[in-house]
Amino acid sequence: MKKRTFLASAAAAAALIAANPALAQDPVKVGFIYVGPIGDGGWTYEHDQARLAVEEHFGDQVETIYQESVPEGADAERALTQMALQGADLIFTTSFGYMDPTINVAAKFPDVKFEHATGYKTADNVGVYSARFYEGRAVQGHIAGKLTQSNKVGYIASFPIPEVIRGINSAYIHAKKANPDVEFAIVWAYTWFDPAKEADAAKALIEQGADVILQHTDSTAPQAAAAEAGNVYTFGQASDMAEYAPMPRVSSIIDNWAPYYIDRVQAVIDGTWTSDNTWDGIGPGMVKIGEISDAVPAEVKAEAEALRDSIAAGEYHPFTGPLKKQDGSDWLAEGETADDGTLAGMNFYVEGITGEIPN
Amino acid sequence: MFGSIDPLVLIASLMVASTPILLAAMGELVTEKSGVLNLGVEGMMIVGAVAGFITAVETGSPALGFIAAAVGAAILSALFAVLTLVFLSNQVATGLGLTLFGLGVSSLMGQGYNGVRPPSSPRVTIPGLSDIPVFALHPMVYISLLLVVAVWWVLRSTRPGLILRAVGESHDSAHALGYSVRGTRFAAVLFGGACAGLGGAFLSLVIVPQWTEGMTAGRGWIALAIVVFASWRAWRVLLGAYLFGGVTVLQLNLQAAGVAIPVELLSMSPYLITIVVLVIISSDRRRAAANAPASLGRSFHASS
Amino acid sequence: MIRLEKRPTPSRVWAWATPVVAVLATMVAGGIMFAALGKNPVEAIRTIFWDPILGEYAFYYRGQLLVKAGPLILIAVGLSLGFRAGIWNIGAEGQYIIGAICGAAVGLALYPLEARWLVFPLMIAAGALGGLLWAMIPGVLKTRFNTNEILVSLLLVYVAEQILAWMALGPLRNPDGSGFPGSRNLRQYEAAANNELIAGSGMHWGVVAALIAVIFAYILLSRHLMGFHIRLAGQSPRAARFAGVNPERLILFCLGISGALAGLAGLFEVAGPAGQISIDFNTGYGFTAIIVAFLGRLHPIGILLAGLLMALTYIGGEAAQATMGLPAAAIQAFQGMLLFFLLGFDVLTSFRVRLGREAHA
Repeated sequence: MKKRTFLASAAAAAALIAANPALAQDPVKVGFIYVGPIGDGGWTYEHDQARLAVEEHFGDQVETIYQESVPEGADAERALTQMALQGADLIFTTSFGYMDPTINVAAKFPDVKFEHATGYKTADNVGVYSARFYEGRAVQGHIAGKLTQSNKVGYIASFPIPEVIRGINSAYIHAKKANPDVEFAIVWAYTWFDPAKEADAAKALIEQGADVILQHTDSTAPQAAAAEAGNVYTFGQASDMAEYAPMPRVSSIIDNWAPYYIDRVQAVIDGTWTSDNTWDGIGPGMVKIGEISDAVPAEVKAEAEALRDSIAAGEYHPFTGPLKKQDGSDWLAEGETADDGTLAGMNFYVEGITGEIPN
Repeated sequence: MFGSIDPLVLIASLMVASTPILLAAMGELVTEKSGVLNLGVEGMMIVGAVAGFITAVETGSPALGFIAAAVGAAILSALFAVLTLVFLSNQVATGLGLTLFGLGVSSLMGQGYNGVRPPSSPRVTIPGLSDIPVFALHPMVYISLLLVVAVWWVLRSTRPGLILRAVGESHDSAHALGYSVRGTRFAAVLFGGACAGLGGAFLSLVIVPQWTEGMTAGRGWIALAIVVFASWRAWRVLLGAYLFGGVTVLQLNLQAAGVAIPVELLSMSPYLITIVVLVIISSDRRRAAANAPASLGRSFHASS
Repeated sequence: MIRLEKRPTPSRVWAWATPVVAVLATMVAGGIMFAALGKNPVEAIRTIFWDPILGEYAFYYRGQLLVKAGPLILIAVGLSLGFRAGIWNIGAEGQYIIGAICGAAVGLALYPLEARWLVFPLMIAAGALGGLLWAMIPGVLKTRFNTNEILVSLLLVYVAEQILAWMALGPLRNPDGSGFPGSRNLRQYEAAANNELIAGSGMHWGVVAALIAVIFAYILLSRHLMGFHIRLAGQSPRAARFAGVNPERLILFCLGISGALAGLAGLFEVAGPAGQISIDFNTGYGFTAIIVAFLGRLHPIGILLAGLLMALTYIGGEAAQATMGLPAAAIQAFQGMLLFFLLGFDVLTSFRVRLGREAHA
């Protein structure tokens, strides 16, 4: 790639910033690139809440900047370059699709640190981080299995990517343990964001007899559909969705990026930042289980909390053998736990789930 | 294999799911019948969605929310009307600009309304009938059906309807006959805006119900397509909206019932089936497209 | 009372002056909005309009202007031919997606063949052909079954988006991507990459193609019989028929050209700036190009300028977000305002504004 001229000018600009002693005293500048609007009430909203937490924690020590609704691809690369040129010290890129742009821009700005969410490519100045949401799914699955009367649990999924498939498997395994007769009905919305379609999907599942709805989409539409139907249980996703508690929302999985962001900003301030590959779950607090409401029987609540705590303590792994794949082939032997590599690229259902993964 | 899908429940769902598109499309039908092409439906819907949501949350009254949605979106459409009718700007580009502007303005208006639960609207209860799903829906569903009848009747059998169509067919002739082309079109654009606003509010207050940025997710565009599908006939707008909504709901039901049809195919099906049905209808009658208002999209300036 | 009086011929002065007046008016109105949002209006306007061209980091932004404007211009030029003839292709976004998929598929199928002279031209051909064929669907349905092209081309956008998701998750997924969606990055495949021709300039083959398309369209419209037919069909369909214009041929020609150019834009984007097929590859160029076409008054040179102006508002708007914390929504509203002023003031080109009561002739 011929980018020598560009590199030269970028380097000159970077040198200018580095050489300026006045700027060295400046607060640490932290950039955030968001894939949706901060008002999406879900994924981006939670990242922005964490940005605000960083501002509150560090006060004058940091300055945060952000850009919302940045399309993946060329636009992301420009947004990143722009932030780097303007002197950002640390940039969080909060969507999988920003992976290659992050790596490309990071190569041009070796002095800027980058943190890419949910990806797998790292560099000296690029770390990756992600949350083990499947740990939360295990708790949800247990509650769902106990609560369902019809033995049919509905699941609203977005696109068949490993993250979503992992969640379905984890929820299913634990629902099955709690209730051997349970069945999962999965609807693929094939969109990241369309609240009305999520509502329609929830209604379709309820009409098909599901009395517990799990969702891997971020709007409260399924909660509202369940509230209208009555006697249908749901779980908050991304945010707590407490406005639908205690019924139909009986618990939730909350994205909680603030501790990690504060930790990484602190590392930059201290000059101790190094490239990392973080995949945190309930234990370190990156995944939070929203309060389990009184609509859940006390003993089920206690079991769910015990499950949550054993996962948090590292005593139990949600993917522990014996487990078979959907086609009946062996996956994990008795007592064996899944390795992160397999989990990261998971593209198969576990035994018992009906239907096929679209591809 | 479709045994587990109850047809009556399905029809009730499709009626609800289709209502936003039906409302917006009926409004656009009237606008286009007057000879104005307003591509800003998406922008007007989303402004209606947020205006209705804010009002309903602040006053606690969904009915007031719907009124505010209609007014808010009509105000936005007035901007379009002034530009295209007074300043004679290009309708296609102005409409697209309206969508951009509406999406932006709605997000600014809606700041602070995330994660708020709006007041829920009462359902219609007709003694004896309310056990049947189709008769226990939100009042707006029935209002949208009444709107279809009203628009059909007004366009077909009343003097204002005749004037509206005359203006849309030949603005020069209508002007020569002494009708106010600009006034008629202005009213038609406002009506279109109000209807789109109602459709947006139905999303944010009934279907979802929640405010999130960009929540109309392209339904305004579908409404535009449905007007074309209907070849500018009120009854066929109803048919088109229910066909599209019906296939959408059906494909989700088929998935939920575990029918083994590839999901990719199912999720494309509403668009493909709408196209196929239009091909069948339009090849059947060679004159179908002739129903388009002859002056559609053309600026009018009284030269005399 | 303000009234308008038609000029005998469009004013050449106002034709050039209205965009300037409109931009100034937008600065005032937008400034008021920014001030209402609690931001410094002067700084915001400067960040949007001045910094990308002449500011501190303009060395970077100027190239980015071309990257952003290239696809817009390429698509808009194609669309403008059809719009002039009264043929409404609203689905350029879909043709853009299919062009990208076809082009990328050819490149990925040949991976890791190193013969750039073979791979890249084949990809370009596949991209153009893909867009062309996708646009032929509304074309053939219109000529054979009288089906309205607005509806078909628009709905095919959504179908194309579903195909895109399917491709990114299935057939075109990177086999070395450990199960994640998205194709191999074409920029890392030397023979298929559409990299900058001059480093840092933003100039890639897609921008070159856009400039060629502008010249081609200019000659077609002013010198060629087909261009005459297009203009005639738009102004008077009846006269066109008497003049021997074959309406079916014209429909297929206009849809075909616009589809092929949109497909090309998609190919150059996927092999260059975007780099890969992903679920969210398309970002609305196909729709924005419709605005660009009309903003440029359906004239190739006008489209060139309009494309650059739209690109400026995007780039400057992003800069204002990142440096001043303006919400993206404010930038969207600002772009809407700019369009309104540009379109509204355009009336001065063909009309005089008179004060006073209407004089009856």
